[in-house]
Amino acid sequence: MSDSSASKGSSAPKDAATKGMTIHLKIWRQAGRQAQGRFVDYTVHGIQQEMSLLEMLDILNEDLIRKGDEAIEFDSDCREGICGTCGLVVSGVAHGKHAGTTTCEIRMRQYQDGDTITVEPFRAGPFPIIKDLVVDREAFDRIQRKGGFISTNVGSAPDGNAVLVPKDCADNAMDAATCIGCGACVAACPNASASLFVSAKISQFAWLPQGAPERGRRALAMIAQMDSEGFGDCSNHGECEAVCPKQISIQNIAKMRREYIKAAWVGADKVRSSGGD
Amino acid sequence: MITGNRVLDARIPAGPLADKWDRHAMDNPLVAPGGNRRKFTVIVVGTGLAGGGAAATLGELGYNVLNFCIQDTPRRAHSVAAQGGINAAKNYQNDADSVHRLFYDTIKGGDYRSREANVYRLAQLSTAIIDQSVAMGVPFAREYGGALANRSFGGVQVSRTFYARGQTGQQLLLGVYSALVRQIEAGTVKMYPRHEMLDLVVVDGRARGIIARELTTGEIKRFAADAVVLATGGYSPVFYLSTNAVNCNATAIWRAHRRGALFSNPCYTQIHPTAVPQMGDYQSKLTLMSESLRNDGRVWVPKKPNDKRRPNDIPEAERDYYLERRYPAFGNLVPRDIAARAAKVECDQGKSAYFSPQSVYLDFADAIKRLGKDVVGDRYGNLFDMYREILGDSPYDTPMMIYPAPHYTMGGLWVDYNLQGTIDGLFVAGEANFSDHGANRLGASALMQGLADGYFVVPRVVASYLAGAKVSNVKADHDAFKAVEEESRTHLQRLLSIKGKRTVRDIHWDLGRTMWDKVGMARNTAGLNEAIAAIGKLRESFWHDLALTGTAADLNKQLEQANRLCDYLELGELMARDALMREESCGGHFREEHQTPEGEAKRDDANFTFVSAWEYTGPGREPVMHKEPLVFENVELKTRSYK
Repeated sequence: MSDSSASKGSSAPKDAATKGMTIHLKIWRQAGRQAQGRFVDYTVHGIQQEMSLLEMLDILNEDLIRKGDEAIEFDSDCREGICGTCGLVVSGVAHGKHAGTTTCEIRMRQYQDGDTITVEPFRAGPFPIIKDLVVDREAFDRIQRKGGFISTNVGSAPDGNAVLVPKDCADNAMDAATCIGCGACVAACPNASASLFVSAKISQFAWLPQGAPERGRRALAMIAQMDSEGFGDCSNHGECEAVCPKQISIQNIAKMRREYIKAAWVGADKVRSSGGD
Repeated sequence: MITGNRVLDARIPAGPLADKWDRHAMDNPLVAPGGNRRKFTVIVVGTGLAGGGAAATLGELGYNVLNFCIQDTPRRAHSVAAQGGINAAKNYQNDADSVHRLFYDTIKGGDYRSREANVYRLAQLSTAIIDQSVAMGVPFAREYGGALANRSFGGVQVSRTFYARGQTGQQLLLGVYSALVRQIEAGTVKMYPRHEMLDLVVVDGRARGIIARELTTGEIKRFAADAVVLATGGYSPVFYLSTNAVNCNATAIWRAHRRGALFSNPCYTQIHPTAVPQMGDYQSKLTLMSESLRNDGRVWVPKKPNDKRRPNDIPEAERDYYLERRYPAFGNLVPRDIAARAAKVECDQGKSAYFSPQSVYLDFADAIKRLGKDVVGDRYGNLFDMYREILGDSPYDTPMMIYPAPHYTMGGLWVDYNLQGTIDGLFVAGEANFSDHGANRLGASALMQGLADGYFVVPRVVASYLAGAKVSNVKADHDAFKAVEEESRTHLQRLLSIKGKRTVRDIHWDLGRTMWDKVGMARNTAGLNEAIAAIGKLRESFWHDLALTGTAADLNKQLEQANRLCDYLELGELMARDALMREESCGGHFREEHQTPEGEAKRDDANFTFVSAWEYTGPGREPVMHKEPLVFENVELKTRSYK
């Protein structure tokens, strides 16, 4: 149990406009990969509406350090919703209750004085916990390595307008490409399936003529790797789409399945054209 | 100030500007394909557009590449956050664009403080970047006919910016990442995520490797190579609050500087005009609102100082649209340095938005009247939503509030035309070097430089270095590696042993306020001297009163930040010294003593047409400044005017 308050910086200006909220936190602490984890209670005072959830954790951490305790480890970087580094389950929902935002975009105006918030890491077998709230998501990189690319070397590209791409195909590819690889889809899925993540990449390249030559191979190889990493199957719960900070559609999963079936039945190298089906 | 006398040779190839890069290829040795290339190991630090692009491309060419990043995966490097776009001289819009025009705009935008040959090469390579990215599946915006779309950006009169919604950086970085994972799978690139470079190892005057710490375990490791490429980005977080990601840092370039690499133009920093204003002392960063907003938004402040009325209660006649008033030709679309400084001028007179003395309005009411709410929503809806999430107001109904924020740093390690620093075998790419943007960077040019360096320049110049250098065989068990590893270990232990009362954030906050107040948008002699003294005191405070917990043998992000902060506490002082030395105003560097009667920047071409290149002389010792004169053979130096 720990009690701390905002605005303790020795020389930082004091924001006297409001006293701010008191928030109770239940935060997952786990010393290491093999250690037993548990929830620890903390209370923080002086929380401003404009503050982000992660800034509240920053303040809590400063207070813990001043007391000689170890800080709570959590990942974050850009703090504007694009890098995909942060990822917490906030009161039971990956990236919190607002749709279409990441953990770092959660502002404390969503809460009221006296609220209790639970904070825990993304939980899935293929995402082992490293420490506290930090998880290992390298499984995603290993899937990408199997086919999340177009095999073209620097230097060999034709003029950018040599191959025209219909606007709707480019837009569909872009919709899929907005995935930030945060892993919320896996954390939210009862089966810990990575289908939304994998399908977004397969779909992006399938919509583009540049991705056509490897379309079948890509689908087979990425899906095989996804399975071997221990991610579960998709059973159409739709939780992934609901928590996705970039609102990637589960239509991509349907498309991924068609890509897979075509490649498996017709032959990986016989699927050639791009676009829809 | 101590002035040194080293002659910095930029090694610019002879001949006409347009032929230099081709000539460079013919005049330099190559490494033949096949087994020869595999014998060479190249370390690349950073996986953004410059680092990731270089690592992947060197891998494609057959070199043995070791690639490092501090993030959990290379796809999260800070290039990911760039919103607006990437410039290229394609002239797809038939509006008289050309390589020469992009070159000229960039030189002018940089206020005539960049190197002609480098900028010309950048403009030449810009077109191939677009071709390559399209081939990799980057989903750029397109027209109904299927051709690539363009938009315009501040400071230029053509449409040459390619974009992918408001996520151009992410999409280009995912292109780089896809090339990188392909090479990792092929075995040419060995990837080290969650590894941070702690120091550079120099043997017989050549960069031969790095010491890095695996962040999850704390293990300190040695890596040897035949050449080292640093592509670790800029140093905006020296201001603490900036638009950069919270882990962006200058440690790699600063440690290389301490090992002998000269540091150029540290005072050239870019303050972006359109960020969400600062709200409180708890804040960890400032959120950028894309420059594209200035295409349709009108910037204003109340005419009366200290006007606390809400913006919608202030009648039209009592508003001052100061950019339109001062710069009728470019209006709200003046370049970043000018828009940022103009906001400060108004706020300094007490004219600001009601929210805080450091905020101005960006108003979309006229755009909504002209275009309708739907069109404005299509263009900026996601930014408006982001803004409402932060401040609670909807920009559809009430003007947005913005203020300038540190965003990009034009200064960096000195490099020659080959992107080689003053240590042989040390190459520096992207924002980490100083070379292409002079004293101010134009919008949509950072992505262009990152990929030009990464895909095209680094692979070629590193190859010719390896072919010509006759590098001896040095392994990681060499004594130099042992010594530097030990220094790194001792350094981290020293940080942990201080056991004081002040947190990393507390000290960093104070550094940031000093930098922002005295080495920010406007600088003067007295303020800069005060900054140098204040930073010295803060360093003392850091080394005597830093509070850290945990150990170095574990994941410990506070320790990581403390390790980065101690470098910022030295770099901040060098920025102030450089700003003090440069007795002129140019681009992002504005000295209050050097301005026209209208308050515009006044350059001194007779005395300051040079690049400063600072030499590190030891802890607590005054640095020595060397010079590289800038020679303009192809453009005439003019006073920048956007009136």
